Parts: sequence; structure tokens; C-alpha cells
Amino acid sequence: MIDYSKVLSKAVVDTPKSGIRKFFDLMNTMTDVVGLTVGEPDFHTPWHIREAGIMSLEKGKTYYTANAGIIDLRHEINSYMTRRFGVSYLPESEIIVTVGGSEAIDIALRAIIEYGDEVIVPTPSFVCYAPLVTIAGGTPVILETKFENKFKIDPEVLRATITPKTKMLVLPYPNNPTGAIMTREELADIAEVLKNTNILVLSDEIYAEMTYTGNHCSIASLEDMWERTIITSGFSKAYAMTGWRLGYLCAPKAICEQMLKIHQYGIMSSPTTAQFAALEALKNGDDDIKMMVDEYNRRRRYIYNGLKSIGIESFEPEGAFYIFPKIADYGLSSEEFCNRLLYEHKCAIIPGNAFGKSGEGFARISYAYSIKHITQALERIEAFVKTL
Amino acid sequence: MNTDILKLLENDARLTPEQIAVMIGSDVNTVKSAIEAFEKDGTILGYKTIVDWEKTDRESVSAIIEVKLTPQRDSGFDRVAEKIYNYPEVQSVQLMAGGYDLSVLIEGKTMKEVALFVSQKLATIDGVIATATHFVLHKYKDKGVVYGATEIDERGNI
Ligand SMILES: Cc1ncc(COP(=O)(O)O)c(C=O)c1O
Repeated sequence: MIDYSKVLSKAVVDTPKSGIRKFFDLMNTMTDVVGLTVGEPDFHTPWHIREAGIMSLEKGKTYYTANAGIIDLRHEINSYMTRRFGVSYLPESEIIVTVGGSEAIDIALRAIIEYGDEVIVPTPSFVCYAPLVTIAGGTPVILETKFENKFKIDPEVLRATITPKTKMLVLPYPNNPTGAIMTREELADIAEVLKNTNILVLSDEIYAEMTYTGNHCSIASLEDMWERTIITSGFSKAYAMTGWRLGYLCAPKAICEQMLKIHQYGIMSSPTTAQFAALEALKNGDDDIKMMVDEYNRRRRYIYNGLKSIGIESFEPEGAFYIFPKIADYGLSSEEFCNRLLYEHKCAIIPGNAFGKSGEGFARISYAYSIKHITQALERIEAFVKTL
Repeated sequence: MNTDILKLLENDARLTPEQIAVMIGSDVNTVKSAIEAFEKDGTILGYKTIVDWEKTDRESVSAIIEVKLTPQRDSGFDRVAEKIYNYPEVQSVQLMAGGYDLSVLIEGKTMKEVALFVSQKLATIDGVIATATHFVLHKYKDKGVVYGATEIDERGNI
């Protein structure tokens, strides 16, 4: 009989399952749970965008596209990035359309990392970075961000984390799960640390449209940073297009050429239907974004105040659609807190430690839900903390 | 801010001033007095519930009636419109541009009741030249709400 332990990749076998996944498995064993768990918009993709996808099928657009994506779409991505964030990329050589921001992150890491390279991963953050670094042969070096510092990267901590082996910094802002952002001034301090090094930045800007206290700033727009930044982004969050699986990479040509090889051999080209839908999204979707972001903003204020009036402390999120309340004061671990909330009051939120050890003492609450649903969940949370 | 309040209430009239204040980053008293002012000056005319009567055993039919009028010397169409909308079975009356003048939505218990209303009451009003009655068979969407569809959250857990 085959001994799988001898066959399977050790790096993969040693990779833990996503902590979010674990919690969902638990949740799915129960009924009537009010959850604030999901990390995707509750809106449907706007109809005109869906229609563009359908139209493309009716017109028989069922073939592969260029490896990097249809050129019109790359032009639109460039004009979008220029108009929204003041960063420009050549459609012909500096933009790749990917299977979600997820693939973008994966191939960016794989194009850069060599065995033993260190990649600085700030946490709490989205679950994919450290595992993908490891699988690419690198070593994730965790940089813990702090509640007291609004979960931003402290430039001095960054400086202290850098070693001769550091290849890359993951810059996960606006942040899932904390709702933190980094302003132009704060990014300038980070840039100051990185200038004159060979360290690249992987800037995951998938939540760039979801900011509530000012426009998102891309680190690539800072002096000397364009040449050392790879931006990953996508359509999932801004246009409520998670299921279409479409994202993109923007980076200098020298890096794009290498990333494109991985994409070409591993993927060929991103889904054609989704690319045509995305083209419509970029051309005519600004109003949709505004409508959705206004709604998230109302919910953000609502949930922040709701938690505050229950007596749960959180910092007021400034981006994405999550809030990350501090629950340590109740004397339970994140997992105990969330498990008991689930079992005793049928309300699901994600333990903060699913996003890195520094998330211990916190929980992630998504507000990609209706006010009515959020109200119901808040009532259950309140009933629970009263028993503690 | 004021259109924000109106939009929120138009979408969900059960939101409390407290909830609205938090959502738009204002304070309760400001929101309360804005709503009161809207109610007073007739910007907000009422609060109702959207009911899908097909889900109940209450019998009802509705019809859209196209009405052609001769304009009256002093009042144009207004007097006739008023005569029509004063009937409680009339749900809405709108002045139209195009092939006819008024669009009237009527609700009754049975088709016969609606037909009688049109022939005996509506058609006999001075100034009404012609009517065309269209019975509603099924409502798919009204006031922005899709009927019969209860949304289930199909989002995967990522
Ligand atoms: C921070 C962050 N980056 C990237 C992604 C990946 O999104 P997608 O692959 O749908 O573009 C997500 C999804 O939850 C995310 O939260």
C-alpha cells in the first residue's frame, strides 16, 4: 500500500487548515445560527455587469483570451488605477488579469521567493499570505500589529524585523480582519524604511474602494515606491463579484514578465466571461461602488456603536467591511468566546486568532449583512456578554 | 443628510431615529426633528407595509385602467382626477404623457366588482371619454421589492 506520508509535499502537509474553515465546520453543525462571519459582499453583482457577462456568452466569446487578459480590460484597469489612486501601468506589459486577488498573491510570491527567503507578513491579516509563502519555499516572518496602534505597521518594528534575507513585505491594507488602513503619511514612513533596500512590497489592495475616512492611498504612488511594489487587487469586493473569480496584478515590467510565465503555465488565461463582465464594471460601475460603500459605511457606524453600547471595545474601523472588537477583557480566549457565543446564543463570529496569533483576544465581525441581521446578532452578543 | 434620512426610511420605514442617527453619523434629536419636519410639510406622507396578498387567503384583484379625458376649462385634469381618487378602491392615480391621460390603479375583491366600478362609477364621471381596463394577473415586483422571493444567504464561508 502506498505510504502517503512519504509522497505528499511536506510543506503542504505541514500547512494548517484555515482557522476560518475550522470554525465554519463547527457552525454548520447547528441550525438557526445568526452569523456575521462571511468575507464577501451581500449584494448581488450589479445587473448591468451580469448582463455584460451574459452578452459575451451570447456573442460566442467562449475562447481563451490573451494570457495577461483581454487588452481592453487591461486598458480599463490602467485608467481605473490612474483615476482612483494616481498610479499608472502599461496595459501591454505591466498588468496581468488573474483568477481573483488570490491567484495574484500566489504568483507574485512565487515569482519572487527563493528557498530560504524571508517575507514579512503583518498580522492579524487575511489567512493566505503565510501559507503561500511557505509553499513557495519562503519563510514567513510575522510582524505583529497592535490594537493600541490601530493595527498599523510601526516603521521601527518593521526596521527591526528586516534581516539580510528579507525579500518582501506584505502590505495588507485596508485590512481584513481589523478594518485598519494606512494613510499616505504612515505609508511614507514605511517607504522611508524600504528605500535603498532590495525589498519589494506586495500591496494587497482588494479593499481599496472600501475606505470611510478618506480615499485609499496606494504605496506605489509614493516616491521611489512604484518600482518596488506589486499591487494585487480584484473585482470581488468592490463590485460584489466574488464568484466570477477575477483579479489583477500591477507591477513593473521586469516582474510582470516573470509572473506572467507562472500564470501562463498554470492558468492559461482568466475566465473569459468574467473578463467581459469586469470590463463593464470598470467602465460603468462607479455608481454601484458608491451605493455599496455608502451602505457599508452606515453599517460600520451602526455596528461600531452597537458594540460600544454593549460595552465591547473596538477601534473604529476605517476600511474593508470588518470590525475587530477586543474581547480579551471577558477572560476567555478568542476561541472560547466564539464557541460559547455559538453554542449558547447561536451567534457566529470568527475567533481573532484565525488571523494570526496577534489576533488572540479579538474576534472578527463582518458587517456585509443587512441592518436587521446585524441587529439580531448584536442582541445575541449582548445577551451572551451579560452572562460573563 | 436629509435625503439620506428619506432614502433610509423609504427603504425601511421601521428604522428608529436612534438607528438612523448612528448610521448617518448624526444625533438622535437632529434626526427626529428632521423627520417631524418632513411629516409636517408633507414630504413624508405615510408609512405602510408591503404585503404579498397572494400568500394569504384574502381575495383581491387589481386592475390598471387607462382613462382618456377632456380637459375642463378652469381646472385642466385636476378636478376629474380628484373625483376619481376620492373613491377608496382607487389605489393610485397618475397623470400621463402619451396615449392616454390618467393611469388609475384599482383594487377590489373580485373581477366583477372592479368591472362594475369602472362601468358605473369611473366611466360616468363628467369629462371621462374612454377607459381601458387591464387586470393584473401576477405581481413580480413592486416598489422595488421582488415578490415571492425570500432570499437565502448562499454565500460560501471563506
Ligand atoms: C485581504 C484579502 N485579499 C485577497 C482576497 C482574495 O479575494 P479574491 O480571490 O476573491 O479576489 C480576500 C478575500 O477574502 C481578502 O480578504
